[in-house]
Amino acid sequence: MAIVVKRPKLTFGEKIYLSSIAKGMMITIGHFWRALFGKGTVTMQYPEEKWDENLPEYYRGAPALVTDEQDRERCVACQLCEFICPPRAITITPEEIPSDDQWAKVEKRPQKFEIDMARCIYCGFCQEVCPEQAIFLRKDYAITGVSRDEMVHDKKKLYEIGGVREGLVNKWNKLK
Amino acid sequence: MSDDKQQGVPMVNVQIDGEWHQFPKGTRMIEACRQVQVEVPHYCYHPKLSSPGNCRMCLVEMGMPPRLAPGEEPVKDKDGHQKIGWMPRPVIACANAVAENMGIRTDSELTKACREGVMEFLLVNHPLDCPICDQAGECSLQEYSAEHGKGDSRFRDEKNKKPKNVEIGPRIRLDDERCIMCSRCIRFCAETVDDPVLGFTDRGSHTVLAVHPNQQLANDYSMNTVDICPVGALTSNDFRFQMRTWFMKETSSICTSCGRGCNTTIGSREGTVFRQTPRDNNEVNSAWMCDHGRMNYHYLNSEARLTDPMIRKNGEEAHQVVPWSKAIRFAADELLKFNASEVAVIASGRMTNEELFMTRRLIAELSVEHVDIVLRRGKADDYLVAADKNPNTAGAKLVLGLKKPGGELAAIQKGIESGEIKALVVLQENLIDDTDFTTELLGKLDFLLTTYPLANPTADDSHVVLPGAAFAEKDGTMINVTGRLQRLNKAHQGPGQTMEVWEICRDLILAIDGGNGIYGVDDVFKEMAGQIKAFAGLTLSKVGDQGLPLLKTKLTVPMLEREKERIAKGEIVG
Amino acid sequence: MDWINIAVTLIKIVVLTFMVLLPMIAYSVWAERRVAAKIQNRVGPNRTGIPFTKFGLFGLGQPIADGLKFIFKEDLTPAHVRTGYFWLAPALTMVPALMTCAVIPFGSELNIAGYKIPLVIADLNVGPLFIFAIASLSVYGIVLAGWASNSKYPFLGGVRSTSQMISYEISLGLSIVPIIMIFGELNLTEIVKWQDANGWLLFPFWGGGEFWQEALLLIPVVISFVIFTVSMFAETNRLPFDLPECETELVAGYHTEYSSMKFALFFLGEYAAMIIGSGLAVTLFLGGWSLPFGIGSELVDKPLWLGIAHFFSFLIKMIGFILFFIWVRWSLPRFRYDQLMRLGWVFFFEIALANVFLTAFILLYFN
Repeated sequence: MAIVVKRPKLTFGEKIYLSSIAKGMMITIGHFWRALFGKGTVTMQYPEEKWDENLPEYYRGAPALVTDEQDRERCVACQLCEFICPPRAITITPEEIPSDDQWAKVEKRPQKFEIDMARCIYCGFCQEVCPEQAIFLRKDYAITGVSRDEMVHDKKKLYEIGGVREGLVNKWNKLK
Repeated sequence: MSDDKQQGVPMVNVQIDGEWHQFPKGTRMIEACRQVQVEVPHYCYHPKLSSPGNCRMCLVEMGMPPRLAPGEEPVKDKDGHQKIGWMPRPVIACANAVAENMGIRTDSELTKACREGVMEFLLVNHPLDCPICDQAGECSLQEYSAEHGKGDSRFRDEKNKKPKNVEIGPRIRLDDERCIMCSRCIRFCAETVDDPVLGFTDRGSHTVLAVHPNQQLANDYSMNTVDICPVGALTSNDFRFQMRTWFMKETSSICTSCGRGCNTTIGSREGTVFRQTPRDNNEVNSAWMCDHGRMNYHYLNSEARLTDPMIRKNGEEAHQVVPWSKAIRFAADELLKFNASEVAVIASGRMTNEELFMTRRLIAELSVEHVDIVLRRGKADDYLVAADKNPNTAGAKLVLGLKKPGGELAAIQKGIESGEIKALVVLQENLIDDTDFTTELLGKLDFLLTTYPLANPTADDSHVVLPGAAFAEKDGTMINVTGRLQRLNKAHQGPGQTMEVWEICRDLILAIDGGNGIYGVDDVFKEMAGQIKAFAGLTLSKVGDQGLPLLKTKLTVPMLEREKERIAKGEIVG
Repeated sequence: MDWINIAVTLIKIVVLTFMVLLPMIAYSVWAERRVAAKIQNRVGPNRTGIPFTKFGLFGLGQPIADGLKFIFKEDLTPAHVRTGYFWLAPALTMVPALMTCAVIPFGSELNIAGYKIPLVIADLNVGPLFIFAIASLSVYGIVLAGWASNSKYPFLGGVRSTSQMISYEISLGLSIVPIIMIFGELNLTEIVKWQDANGWLLFPFWGGGEFWQEALLLIPVVISFVIFTVSMFAETNRLPFDLPECETELVAGYHTEYSSMKFALFFLGEYAAMIIGSGLAVTLFLGGWSLPFGIGSELVDKPLWLGIAHFFSFLIKMIGFILFFIWVRWSLPRFRYDQLMRLGWVFFFEIALANVFLTAFILLYFN
């Protein structure tokens, strides 16, 4: 349904916009003047100055896989993150956990888990969609590499970034 | 459910969700609803199986006209329908048939409450396995709990522990915690494939599905239980953890492992086939297919696939990879060096009609006399598997005009032996492994051209090796043993530079002769319909998903015959 | 004598275009970025100074670094373009902008060892007309770029640019008619000399001239100045009239398909046009090289120093005007295309026309 937005009725002075133009230009020159004397500038000189210690808990840096207190890899290769990933940065190859493994009852784990950081857009959908609390966006933001291959984080690298996370739900422990 | 069987059956008026419809007497309520696009959720009901009515998911509210007192006139509304007296308790829609002036409510408060209750009971012991469950994405339990469930659980106790990850057969894995006791698999094994090895043991919420002691679910149709399992209790070892269902592109095609041509759905992703599942076709395979055919796709993803055209000039040891244009040019030039009588063509009953037709044109172009296909005979079973292991023998016979398929091979062998035949074109066949041709015999040839999906000994001996597409990688039609014309659809482009054989033949004809006006597979079919009487008036799109009866045969499908009997008895819906 | 004249002219060309105008172009880009940053509470390019040292020098090395970058970028000519025109277009925007600086008087005259060198390359009698004639050629560059790129956004940019420049040329031309009527002169050097004697056109508070006539004439002069300035913005395709390149709608407009130095030529051509525009505005309205309030009178007996003072007076005024350009760009939002056309045709054209008659009336009645 079309909505008719009521236009404000302008006086002649407003219609020629000259006063608003002047007002706007006074604002910008005000900023200019203050910035000229170093006031109000918010830019941080990046490589020298960093904000790392101030990063909030919800900061969305590089996605990484985590293990829990029992040293179990949380990911069960459900591939929901691969599905939700808007730039299709995630590639997972699942495999069955061999029966002699301590966690054989979980049955499934990723054989390969690769995130192409050249593609990743740090949206955090993977973390949001994960039913196993296995993938988290950490505070690493400076991801560099000299080739495209180097920008692909494999499973080992992802666990390295992710580390151990405690206090997560351990639903698999209840299984026989 | 075919309508022609309902001829002469009286129609009854049924009100579904306030709308009046007419159905043949005897139609199950659930089917009546389905016919008017009202979905009744169900687990245990399957049209090809008997209806025990044990899952209770299809409960609906039903009503009949009140019984009249003697002399009482029925109360009728302006449309002539009697007033419905609604029953206080719900009934199952799967096992009850419609009756005159019946009313069905699928969206009433009572029905909704029933569904919610049943869902809650089913989920009480269901594990939270969805992340690792292969059924996730096509799971009825997931779908119905989203549509009809409560949304959260009131259950605070420990869930029952049951056997998980049990091998109950060579191809089947059972997870009892996921089982919702619908008994579809038990009924399928007992009724359809006469291998009653499954059953329930224990009682109440401790009931588990199990194979009978010292038995295995090992029959050749066992993997159909995976398809009909509404949850992830039965999963296939072959497909286990390979790919999540939602990633796969589904392509309607047919199985090419025998002459039956069971209708299938190919699940593939990014050029890799992950599974084949049967697709309903009441004239071919009902809803089933054999395990052998279902798993006969692994070679598509094989490392041994031929991906590039290769040629080997006389005197050279190894093949060299060349672009298509060069390979075709080389092949055409070589073929033109021989007289018509010196060339033989061995095509394949695994090729589509379109490919065979282009082969026919190539044969005409070269005026070749020696033409044949390789026959494959095997054992038929009493269900679906046909004795003819070529999917398109009938097509080859029809399109190539072979009088006695397989009869010319001996003559070709003799011709090579005597040196009368100097060049051989082998399309989609591996002569050394599949026939009694030998390397020595093929070595006598001056020119050998092979197309095949996989690397093979015949290709090793060839001068030109062309990568031919396999069944999931081509469009076309095939004629099954009962004479039905069915379609293959391309799931994805074959690996590397693979081409379909009709394209290869087209290019060869082009290289020999110049233009032929063939651009797409539709053009091939159009031309074929113009030249071969049996195809007259048909187009590729007219063949459709369910195929068309093309040739008359007296053959029947044993499994379908038995199903027809059971339909006639009213045991199953069909 | 002739040889000396030619040599002097050549030196003037080299000095004024290559040593004054081109560095000004480069540094106006730097100024643009720094001022924009300040306006937006940022820092701007402040690091590029002396290479391999920590001396940033407020980022004054940035234009050099930019230039080097442009030169070493891959010069890509897409396969689908009309190559000849595609290559011609950047030159066609840059060259007219540089050519127009021939008639701008950068200063009075330098008296070196009794030899008087006027600080204008070509002392034409039709200065403003020459500038308009040449400057309007730059529209061909943009149109050619848009058309030769053979791609839709550049094409749209080119079309927009054509209609915009043609529309505003009319009001631009009409806006200076009153000025020329007041001066009675088309030679820019003479115009500046007139202002030196009678006070700047916009600030006639010193020098000779009748008070009443001058005060009354201020009305048409201010109107002319506003129209001239706004039209100048439109002519140079700068915000708020940058619809030909309009990033949000046209990717980058007419130069979408350009890369490397060809792109840089468009980019710098815009700044060159802006500088020349500022120079013209200063010359016509702000007294050109003349010093305000008769400051220069004590230097009359040192003609060389006076000439240098005049030169810097002109430069400072021009830089001020360029800063005004930048200030406007980072303050005002872009016009909608119909608003732009309406402003040009419905308001400025009529007002400029009426202004001519108003000036004529004042001149006639108060003479």
